[in-house]
Amino acid sequence: MLTVFAIVTDGLVYAAYLFLVAVGLTLIFGVMRILNVAHGSFYAFGAYGAATAAGIWFDRGWPDAGGFLLMALFAMAIGLVLGAVLERGILRFVYGRDEVVVVLVTYAAFLILEDVIVLIWGPRSYAAYQPMVAAGSVDIGDLTLSNYDIGLVLLAAAVAVLARWALKYTRYGRLLTVVIFDREAAAAYGINVTLVYTVTFIIGAMLGALGGAVMAPKISVTLGIGVEVIVLAFAVVAIGGMGSVEGALIGSLIVGLSRAAAVHLVPQLELFVIYAVMALVLGFRPYGLFSQIQPRKI
Amino acid sequence: MTMRVRSILFGALGFAALAAIAPWLPPWLVSLATIAFANALVVLGLIILWRAGLVPFGQALFYAIGAYAVALIGRYTPIRDVFAVILVGAVAAGIVAYLIGFLLARYREIFFAMLSLAMSMILYGILVKTETLGSTDGFHVEAGSFFGYRPDGEMWNLAIYWLVLGFSAVLAWLVSLYFGSVAGSLGNPIRDNEIRVEFLGLSVDRLIHLKLVISGVLAGIGGALAALAVQHVDPAMSYWTTSGGFVFVTILAGAGSVAAAFVGSLAFELVRSFAVDLVPGTWQMILGTALLLTILFLPEGLGSLATRLRRQPKALPDAQPKAPS
Repeated sequence: MLTVFAIVTDGLVYAAYLFLVAVGLTLIFGVMRILNVAHGSFYAFGAYGAATAAGIWFDRGWPDAGGFLLMALFAMAIGLVLGAVLERGILRFVYGRDEVVVVLVTYAAFLILEDVIVLIWGPRSYAAYQPMVAAGSVDIGDLTLSNYDIGLVLLAAAVAVLARWALKYTRYGRLLTVVIFDREAAAAYGINVTLVYTVTFIIGAMLGALGGAVMAPKISVTLGIGVEVIVLAFAVVAIGGMGSVEGALIGSLIVGLSRAAAVHLVPQLELFVIYAVMALVLGFRPYGLFSQIQPRKI
Repeated sequence: MTMRVRSILFGALGFAALAAIAPWLPPWLVSLATIAFANALVVLGLIILWRAGLVPFGQALFYAIGAYAVALIGRYTPIRDVFAVILVGAVAAGIVAYLIGFLLARYREIFFAMLSLAMSMILYGILVKTETLGSTDGFHVEAGSFFGYRPDGEMWNLAIYWLVLGFSAVLAWLVSLYFGSVAGSLGNPIRDNEIRVEFLGLSVDRLIHLKLVISGVLAGIGGALAALAVQHVDPAMSYWTTSGGFVFVTILAGAGSVAAAFVGSLAFELVRSFAVDLVPGTWQMILGTALLLTILFLPEGLGSLATRLRRQPKALPDAQPKAPS
């Protein structure tokens, strides 16, 4: 019973992390048909930025709540700048090229940004443990849960609800839906597709950076954290169906819970199980659980 | 003399020249070229897929299988003959490619890239977590013999270099034969419009399945050769950044010709070793910038520079409107 409870809580926390990272990726893909490898860089920049912000704030002994806010805002500001630079500076020149070529462009951007991280923050690793300490923990039965983890799950849930609400009920969300459905028709109706692309990419980048910021206290912020994240987020998004927010939610729950189960029951399979689940899902639903049927072009 | 025979002759001459000058080259260059040409075989497989519009982001899967097959034979069996162990590596990679081909061949574009990535990450996960396979450290690969002949030290490096060149020459020739065949020349049509190819009465999935197996075998041989050359295997061989490197060389070289794989791979290794020496810490930035510039300004790869130069003088007279006489 204890194991089951541990699996569920660990799985939920991990799923929350995965969802926060994957939602930006799936949003960008859904609207722009770009599989953004540089999303891993957004995550890494967010984590580094948050670690720096935590260092500045908590060292001065200012109130904790402000520190949380500063970390998130700082990371999202970085995401905003990075997203804008990448979209306006590079990506807009390759719109209309093969989807796979655009993936490679984002891969190139990822490689460049990896070294930019070293140039800015150097090769040493950072620890932003203060928020974990500040948040404290709560005992439920025999298990100790960190309040920070609970907050993470709540944040992920809030982002999921917010994303769904924004897509369904706001003006911008409806514009997005139109652009997703048919880019050319949207342009013909006078929707500024270029602007929608830029804004979407920046929002995606900010979400990626936020994912990094909230994870920074839980991990050692070091070189190469972006690499793992991309592959994991890809798996999540592929399981759920690329471009679908609901899909990203379900995908991260599936991956999160199955990984937690593997960690507690058969730790050797930890990495293996994620991709095995992905291969299994794709074997039955080739384009993910929430995929839309794509017409074939003649 | 047809274009085809001429390029085969040129290729054979090129490989012979590379083999002949080896004893006078500095050892580091020989080792570098060995790895470059072993990797070029993987790139050759990627070119086959790239022509059909497919970019596998997990080709390191087959590379690692070839390498680990060689390493495991060296560890658990008395077989040391390099040709035998490479054959086993190639067959192992081919079988895996055939099996996952049933799943992969149904996908195109990004989904293909991602699923192949996932496959390679499964292997990576297994390798990292398996103590008997050396876990993250990997393990040593036994030196091999050539039909009973056992070179060592300096001679071993040369022997491996010649072995890699021999395999490269034969496989490059075979791949160019494949490109001339019906199945091979259908790559571009598949990329342009699959449904039309199906209307010709051909199964695109099966054509792609075949391409996958061929590229898998090529990557397996490349991995086997690399394992013999480096005498070490580790899970990083199956990591997605390794696959990314192969894709990178393919884009840089372009899918225009078989030779591009070898020139591109050699250039890649040379630039890498100089960059790591001269401007350490910025290697990935150089890589990314080069990739970006190639995609933006040379969409057909560096190989297209050669064809452009060759075509230009011919194109000039045609461009001049002929005055009526």
